[in-house]
Amino acid sequence: MSSTHLSGGKVNISRIQEHARKHLFSLLDKIDGTKDIVTDGALGSVMGLVANKPMLKEHNIKSMFHLHPGTLPNSSSENTVFIIRPQLRFIDLVADNVHNEVKRSRKSKDFHIFFVPRVTFLCKKRLEDRGVLGNFEGNLKELPWHLYPFDSDLVSMEIPITFKEFHLENDPTTLHQAAQGLLMLQCLYGTIPRVTGIGPAAQKVSNFLKRLSLEQSSCQNPSSSSIAPSQIDQVILLDRSVDLLTPLATQLTYEGLIDEIFGIQNNTVKLPAEHFSSSNDSTPYTADTKDIILNSGEELFAEIRDKNFSAVGPALSKKARQTKLQFDERHGDKTVQEMKQFVARLPSMMANKQSLAYHTTIAELVKKVTDSHKFLEALQTEQELMNGIDTDKVHPFIEDCIDRKEPLIKVLRLVCMQALTNSGLRSKVLEYYKKEILQTYGFQHALTLSNLEQAGLLRLQQNQRQYTVLRKALRLTVEDNDEASPTDISYVHSVYAPLSIRLVQHLVRPNGSRALQDVIGLLPSPAFDDIQTSHSGSSLPVPPSDSPKVVLVFFIGGCTFAEISALRFLSQQEVSDANVEFVIATTKLINGNSFIESLAEPLDHY
Amino acid sequence: MSVLLTADWCSVGRDEYYRKFEIYKWEDSFSMENVIMTSCSYGGPLAVRRDPKKLVQVQGSGKPSIAIYTAAGSFLSSILLTKPVTEVGWSSTEDLLCIEDDGSVLRYDIFGNHQHTFSMCDEARVTKVIEAKVFTCAGGTGVAILTSSYRFFLVNSVTSPKTRPMPEIPGLNAPPSSWGVIAEDRQTKILVAKERELHLLSHNDSRPVPVVVDFSDRLSSVVEMAVSLNNRQIALFTDKGRLWIGSSDLRSKYCEIDTSHAFRPLQLAWCGSDGVVGVWDGTLLLVTTKGDTLTYPCDSKVHIVAETDCARVITSSSHEILQSVPSVVQKILRINSVDPGLYLLEASRQFQRRNHTADEYIRLVKDNLPLAVDNCIEAAGYEFSHDNQKMFIRAAQFGKGFVPDLDPEPYVKMCRVLRVLNAVRDHKVSLPITNIQLKKMTIVGLLERLVRRRHYYMAIQICKHLKLPPAEGSSRILAEWAFYKVAQAKQDREQVAREIASKLGKAPGISYKDIALRANHCGHKLLAIRLMDYEPRAREQVPLLLDLGEEVPALMKAMESGDTDLIYFVLLRMHAKMPLADFYLKIRNYPLAQSLYIKYSYENNSKELHDIHDQESNYNAQAALHLKDAYLPKNSGTREASLAAARQSYKNARNDFLAAACDEQLRLLKIQRTLEDKFGREFLGHSLHDTIEMLLTLKEVKVAESLRNEFKVPDRRYWWLRILAHARNGEWEQLEKFSKEKRSPIGYEPFVDVCFERNEIAEAQKYVSRVREDLKVKYYTKIGMLKQAAQTAFEQKDTQALRTIQSKCGSAERDVIEQINTYLAQLSSRK
Repeated sequence: MSSTHLSGGKVNISRIQEHARKHLFSLLDKIDGTKDIVTDGALGSVMGLVANKPMLKEHNIKSMFHLHPGTLPNSSSENTVFIIRPQLRFIDLVADNVHNEVKRSRKSKDFHIFFVPRVTFLCKKRLEDRGVLGNFEGNLKELPWHLYPFDSDLVSMEIPITFKEFHLENDPTTLHQAAQGLLMLQCLYGTIPRVTGIGPAAQKVSNFLKRLSLEQSSCQNPSSSSIAPSQIDQVILLDRSVDLLTPLATQLTYEGLIDEIFGIQNNTVKLPAEHFSSSNDSTPYTADTKDIILNSGEELFAEIRDKNFSAVGPALSKKARQTKLQFDERHGDKTVQEMKQFVARLPSMMANKQSLAYHTTIAELVKKVTDSHKFLEALQTEQELMNGIDTDKVHPFIEDCIDRKEPLIKVLRLVCMQALTNSGLRSKVLEYYKKEILQTYGFQHALTLSNLEQAGLLRLQQNQRQYTVLRKALRLTVEDNDEASPTDISYVHSVYAPLSIRLVQHLVRPNGSRALQDVIGLLPSPAFDDIQTSHSGSSLPVPPSDSPKVVLVFFIGGCTFAEISALRFLSQQEVSDANVEFVIATTKLINGNSFIESLAEPLDHY
Repeated sequence: MSVLLTADWCSVGRDEYYRKFEIYKWEDSFSMENVIMTSCSYGGPLAVRRDPKKLVQVQGSGKPSIAIYTAAGSFLSSILLTKPVTEVGWSSTEDLLCIEDDGSVLRYDIFGNHQHTFSMCDEARVTKVIEAKVFTCAGGTGVAILTSSYRFFLVNSVTSPKTRPMPEIPGLNAPPSSWGVIAEDRQTKILVAKERELHLLSHNDSRPVPVVVDFSDRLSSVVEMAVSLNNRQIALFTDKGRLWIGSSDLRSKYCEIDTSHAFRPLQLAWCGSDGVVGVWDGTLLLVTTKGDTLTYPCDSKVHIVAETDCARVITSSSHEILQSVPSVVQKILRINSVDPGLYLLEASRQFQRRNHTADEYIRLVKDNLPLAVDNCIEAAGYEFSHDNQKMFIRAAQFGKGFVPDLDPEPYVKMCRVLRVLNAVRDHKVSLPITNIQLKKMTIVGLLERLVRRRHYYMAIQICKHLKLPPAEGSSRILAEWAFYKVAQAKQDREQVAREIASKLGKAPGISYKDIALRANHCGHKLLAIRLMDYEPRAREQVPLLLDLGEEVPALMKAMESGDTDLIYFVLLRMHAKMPLADFYLKIRNYPLAQSLYIKYSYENNSKELHDIHDQESNYNAQAALHLKDAYLPKNSGTREASLAAARQSYKNARNDFLAAACDEQLRLLKIQRTLEDKFGREFLGHSLHDTIEMLLTLKEVKVAESLRNEFKVPDRRYWWLRILAHARNGEWEQLEKFSKEKRSPIGYEPFVDVCFERNEIAEAQKYVSRVREDLKVKYYTKIGMLKQAAQTAFEQKDTQALRTIQSKCGSAERDVIEQINTYLAQLSSRK
């Protein structure tokens, strides 16, 4: 029933999927008759991570639509179920849909609305103001989905606005949701004994979590699961504002590059279909793009996703040789027995061959970009900045990019990167950049620039040289790291080791936070390290120390695939002093582009 | 020893024994003369009032009153009556019910606090109640009344009273000689004796059903009747002194005997379900259902209280229990017993005396030890005397040791239960219940009784002792305690709140909200607010605080919880309730609330937003708002005005850069409008860069130049613009002219690049010589001037580059290959 790619890790993520499914199906099954589901766009695509179409069919779902303005698509179903997140603009669309539907058909449909993850007062009020609350009488339900299962070690809340919402608008809504997500994890896997974190958002989440577990314990029987030892030993809450640099750096892992170049949404990448029209493919493609699912369920992808791209080519050709060998076996003299074994292996071999073909094509597409002059020049600039070379003045390459009107996002990424690696820009330099950007790309980006300044991505020079100190103290730049068989996490960006992951490396050590004392003052405060007690007040049982510690790293404000790869790399290190396995949670999977875009506020957008 | 233990046993018929033993002795004896006493089962409290039919000397005020005592005779409270009561009874929840003659039923708790009053019916108010009975049925406690017009009315539950009139008995013109209530499973019936006729009244029947009872004697008149607690048996007493005992449907008769008492008994009550006790002056007569009798003499008036497994006898000096000796106790202790339990008991006794015969006794029961242990455990449960309990328990413990793999659970359980029973039987608590009664009322029922008597501490100790889950045990009791506490008006609220919080702590299952609601209900609003501080669930806390009119505390609590939805909830309630200006002033103290309100207003009412930013002098935000306004499609006509407003706001905010940027944008817009007029093309909405580019594309170099000067476009970018524009237009001549204007700030590589991109190799060649030295080889190679490339590489002594060039050479450039070979040779020879 559950997806196989979720259950491979030390913490069985498929339980989250089951949990979410159970909620959905129990709500759906309470509705008699045939049903249509209408979801808001982003939720619709992320729903695939919980339940697929055939499963929904079993629960009497006729069709699925995305929420659009105007009228509902024609359908003969007896019920329409809106599944939306509690945002007022969705409510307005729902209200329009319902009004038009009631006008259109005499035979009245039953309307239902499921709010993900909860119904809010404002939404209810808006439904009432729009005069449709009555249409949902008794049919207003909640689907408490907080975290979506992505992989055997990865869950995400899929909320892109967390960082902006908290750091720019001072609105902790999604932090509260994150705490609820953690609470749900604790319900499934036991109360996490140690809560460590850095940054204001991390502290908020930790406080909310404390409060929520108190609320829960006051209305629940403590005799439930909480007594069993937790499957997760520690959670590290990392506020994205602690490490703004990492998401800006170009990711150089295979999966990271696919995301940088083509964009991965909900484990799926859309690629131009013409590259995939192999003769083996029996179904002729009709769409322009082909969806390829990327998760650890695919053996080959699991093997290469976290590698530096320069190591992917050799890995693929090695795999190709192996596959060829396997297929060649059939030519040898065989007994019937051996033939039988061969045939039994055939389906998996065919699947391997197929995935090899796909990834060879994808790698080619990626290579086309990474070999380009533009890409290499930008990468070189990035690496210079990381190494603190020429960060103090207007950088000629960035200037050229502006002059040639290269994509604004690329320019902003580089400018922000320079601001961060120089621990703030001199005001003359910053103003020059800003003026150039406004003159070249238009005044409508004025607020985007202020947002970036407010978020601390674009900043003026302070007295302290944080980056220089951090770079030295935490070895953020590492030369001579063998990309094919790396020894340090810096391979994910070739040269640069993500600050976030370096911090994690220290925090999982028993006295890690003490080792960080010198640098912690340079990071957004506060840093904390709490021991959570169980409901009964006694401290939680400590698991035997020889088994690997399971650490949940929760990125508040998003994390990149490169960061995930780095954590996986650390999990695999047997020689490292802390025997640790990581599980990753994030508010959203991001890259430099989507991160900057989440903060952008172009005025002509309206 | 056995003799001693059976000293209070009296045999009744064959193989049946009854025993009567004292459980409480009154500290001060009180008079049973001239009073009416009412009590209820499960060792309930005693209500005592003066018998209105007796003449006594008036003492004190003389106003009628009811005194309430515990089962151990300690005074609890007294109730002053305003009107004469017809009947007094106890409900199953130990509330005292006073039925007044006008049909009002008043309910008091055991501390004499009035709880509730209801009226039976209007008819009773007019005709007056002459008799009433309180009875227990499945739905709780009911009341039946007889009016002076000889009609019966009945209420099945005093907590939700619904009066049911009963059918009239034809020809009833005097009070019936006796009547009783039989509460069957679904239906409550009244049995009425009208002299020699018996009628059964039921609410569902339109007329009474006459019943015929199988009396061996010719029936004259039933003058007294008693229904057993389980409503299955009934006892009828006739004026001839005969007692008839049978099933409550009157169909089967168990026995009928002559009591040889001519008068009606003072009281007739059941002892458990297999015996009836009748009280006459100086005599207590027990009649079993088998018809055997036993007489106890008693020196003064007594009161009998029926229990499910015994009868309690209250005399002027003590409180006793009369019960049939439980069969297991009987088996063990009766004379000539051969029960394994007895041998075990004896063995244990000998063992304690360090006597070797213990071993012999054990051998006697060897095979039956498990049974013997079970019997001893069970027997212990029936004993009130601590010594007897210990004796049986010790025996069980001793026997247990000889049986491997015996389930210890019954033993442990009995020890726990005995501990509880002994605790509640103490005269301070005075709940003299038997083990069977405890089983029937359940532990929860016992806890309720303790709570009702305000023995909170003991109740909690019992929960802990019996290891009940906190949610159904101690938490509930603590909550009850808190309910009681908040109802006490006089105490200091701060202290009460603190006391409650310190006792309750964060115990699971406690709802501070409920306690606060109770406090508010009792009129202690401030205490309620104080208590809400301790409610951990913000979703419960905040709405209640709002309902109490405490907006600011509600807002604080909502903010503490981090639940933004709750904050919005409070904010909008506040917004609706108070004048706008006050609202702004209030929320400005709470940055979180303010930012959320700003966000909300932004989506709903941006007019208000300007006011807020104005009040807060938040010019940056104000400017941003103006900017957003400026770009709204509907505002395209007033864009300049909005921009000017934004410029002013930025100036106020001392944001010089953006103020200047706004200014620049305003100038640009102005120029763009004139350009649109001039060229008839769209310029508005494009950036300065794009505007210049468009002008260059239109070959308006002069205008472009003026814009460049006006806005101080850096040379580098302008050069890029020019180069790209010329290339796009294919203006190679102009490009060359431009290249010579002055030294290029961006080098000459872009010149080569744009030509090369458009395949103008000849043009490209014009610039390649001016390319930076270190890039020259690359650029020569790029545009195919391999010879020059080779030469330059040779001059730079770059063998690597030479080889690269060589690899690029095709068959047509054989001479270049050879040339390179020479160069390479020269370079290597020089080394």
